[in-house]
Amino acid sequence: MSEALNELGVHIELKRPDCVLGWDVSFGELNVDVAPANIAGFVEFLKADPNCKFATLVDITALDFPDRPKRFTVVYHLLSMTQNARIRLRVAVREDEMVPTITEIHPCANWPERETFDMFGIIFSDHPDLRRLLTDYGFRGHPLRKDFPTTGYTEVRYDEVQKRVVYEPVQLPQDYRQFDFMSPWEGAEYILPGDEKEGAK
Amino acid sequence: MMDGSKFDDGSTDALAGEQKIRNFNINFGPQHPAAHGVLRLVLELDGEIVERCDPHVGLLHRGTEKLMESRTYLQNLPYLDRLDYVAPMNQEHAYCLAIEKLTGVEVPRRGQLIRVLYSEIGRVLNHLMNVCSQAMDVGALTPNLWGFEEREKLMIFYERACGARLHANYFRPGGVHQDLPDALLDDIEEWALGFPQVLDDIETLLTENRVFKQRNVDIAIVDADTALEHGYSGVMLRSAGMAWDLRRAQPYECYDEFEFKIPVGKNGDCYDRYLMRLAEMRESTSIIRQAIVKLREATGDVMARGKITPPKRGDMKTSMEALIHHFKLYTEGFHVPEGEVYAAVEAPKGEFGVYIMGDGTNRPYRCKMRAPGYMHLQSLDHITCGHQLADVAAIIGTIDIVFGEIDR
Repeated sequence: MSEALNELGVHIELKRPDCVLGWDVSFGELNVDVAPANIAGFVEFLKADPNCKFATLVDITALDFPDRPKRFTVVYHLLSMTQNARIRLRVAVREDEMVPTITEIHPCANWPERETFDMFGIIFSDHPDLRRLLTDYGFRGHPLRKDFPTTGYTEVRYDEVQKRVVYEPVQLPQDYRQFDFMSPWEGAEYILPGDEKEGAK
Repeated sequence: MMDGSKFDDGSTDALAGEQKIRNFNINFGPQHPAAHGVLRLVLELDGEIVERCDPHVGLLHRGTEKLMESRTYLQNLPYLDRLDYVAPMNQEHAYCLAIEKLTGVEVPRRGQLIRVLYSEIGRVLNHLMNVCSQAMDVGALTPNLWGFEEREKLMIFYERACGARLHANYFRPGGVHQDLPDALLDDIEEWALGFPQVLDDIETLLTENRVFKQRNVDIAIVDADTALEHGYSGVMLRSAGMAWDLRRAQPYECYDEFEFKIPVGKNGDCYDRYLMRLAEMRESTSIIRQAIVKLREATGDVMARGKITPPKRGDMKTSMEALIHHFKLYTEGFHVPEGEVYAAVEAPKGEFGVYIMGDGTNRPYRCKMRAPGYMHLQSLDHITCGHQLADVAAIIGTIDIVFGEIDR
C-alpha cells in the first residue's frame, strides 16, 4: 500500500514540480504540501491525470496554528475510485491571505469552503456564494479559531415580557473549566497554584 | 425579459391583473414532518415546479468539533453517537479506527467481529428508518409502523450489549467495551432468521404499489457524472451504477472474510434507491448471521490490552499498577502521538470519515467529521430543480439525511 503511495508521490512531484512544495507518506497516507496560488490548477491536474484520477472531493477543512506566521492550514481530502487511493493536500496560508476556490473543478467544494470560511474566516476568492453556513444568522466571529472561547460570546433565551428571543452576552455562574493534565515534572510552563514565589526569585 | 414584459427602454406592456405572474418563494421547514429534522429550504416555485432550492442548515449545530478540542479522546467518544443518531455505532467505528491508526493498535479478532456485527445492525436500523419513513413521506403509513417494530427489537440488542438504546458508547479505541453473552448471540441469530420475512412483508406493501411507484419511479435521477461531481457516496453513488463500497474497496476490520453482495442501481432514481436499501438489508442480515457463526468460534479478548484500554476488572483487584492505570486512563486519558490521519467507514448513508490531528497530548488538536449526508444535501438544488413541489419530500427522504451529522 505505502509503496504504491510512494510511487504516486514521486509521479506527482515529477509531473508538477512547480506545485509540490513537499510530500510524505505517514500512517499509510499520502500528504502533499501545495502553495496557495497553485491549488486550483493542482486539483485540476489530480482530477485529469490518468495515473491519479482523484475525481471525488471528500472534504475540505482547516487547522489553526496561532503561533505560526502562516496561521492556517487548509486541508483537502481527495479520493480516487479508479486508483483506490486517497490523498491529502495541505495549503498553509497567512491570516490575511485568500485561497482560490476549487468550486469550478469540484462543484461539491461549495459547502465545505463555506463551512471553512464560517468556522475559520478563511476567504476563498471567486467562490460563488460565500455565506455563513452552520452558525446562526448574524453570527460574529469564527468559532473554530483557537482564540475563540468554547462558551462563545452571546447566548439566547426567550423573553417572556418582550415575547421574543433575545440575545445577551454569555454569563457563566461558574468559569468554564479546562482541565490540564500536564505533569509539573515534565515541564508544565505555568506557575503552580501557591508557588508564586518561584517567579520572584 | 424573454416573455416580452419589459422592453429595452424599460417600458412594459400593459397587463391585466391575472397576467401578472411572478415566481413564488416559500419556506419549507424548519418545522416540517417531511424535512426529517430541522431543515429549512427556501424554494422558488414556478407554479408547482421548483426553480431554485436553497437549503439552510445549521439549526442543530452544537459545536461538536470545538467541544472535542477540549476533551480527552475517551470523553469525545459519546459525541460521535450524537451525530447520526439513527445508526450510532457506525460513527464510533470511524473514530476508533482513526485513533487505532494513530496509535498502531491491533484489535483482537473477537472485538473485530463484534464491531462488524453491530455495524451491520446499525445499517439495518438506518435503512429501516429510511425506507419506511420515506414511504410515509409519499403517503404510506403502515410500513413505518412495521419498520419501527423491528427497530425496537434491534434497539434492545443495543441495550443488551452496552446498556443504552441509542447513545451506545460501545466501540472503544482498541476493541469494544464489553463482551457479548452467548444468549444475546442466540437471540440475534433468531431475529436474523425471521427478519427476511419482515422485509418480504414490507415489499408486498410497497414494491408493486401503484401510488408508491408513481411517487418514486423516475424521480431525482442521478447519473455517474453528477454523483462524482457532487461527492456522493454510499447508496446515492451506487444508484448511479458505480460499484463502490468501502467495505469491499478498502476493507477495514475483517470485512474481507465475509461474503456479501453490493447492490448497484441501474436507473439512479428514488425507486432504485429504495430497492437497493432493501437489498442491502438482506445482505446485512446475511453478514450478521455469518458474524455470529464466527463469533461462536472466536473466543478470546474483545479489547487489545495496553495503554489506551482499561485493565481487566480482575487485575485491578490484585495489581496496584493496574489500578493506577485505570485511574490515569479515566482521568488524564491516553496520549496519542503527533500526526494526522483520516479513517473512513462505509456508514449506512455513505462514507463517514474522521480526520484527527493529534499533537501528542491527551486531546485532539483538531477533529473533523466528514458526514455523507452533507454532500448529498448540498446537491439538493441540483437534483430538485424541475421537479414538482410534492417531489421535494420524496427526494429529501431518498437522499437519507439526518441533521445530527450534517450540522454537527
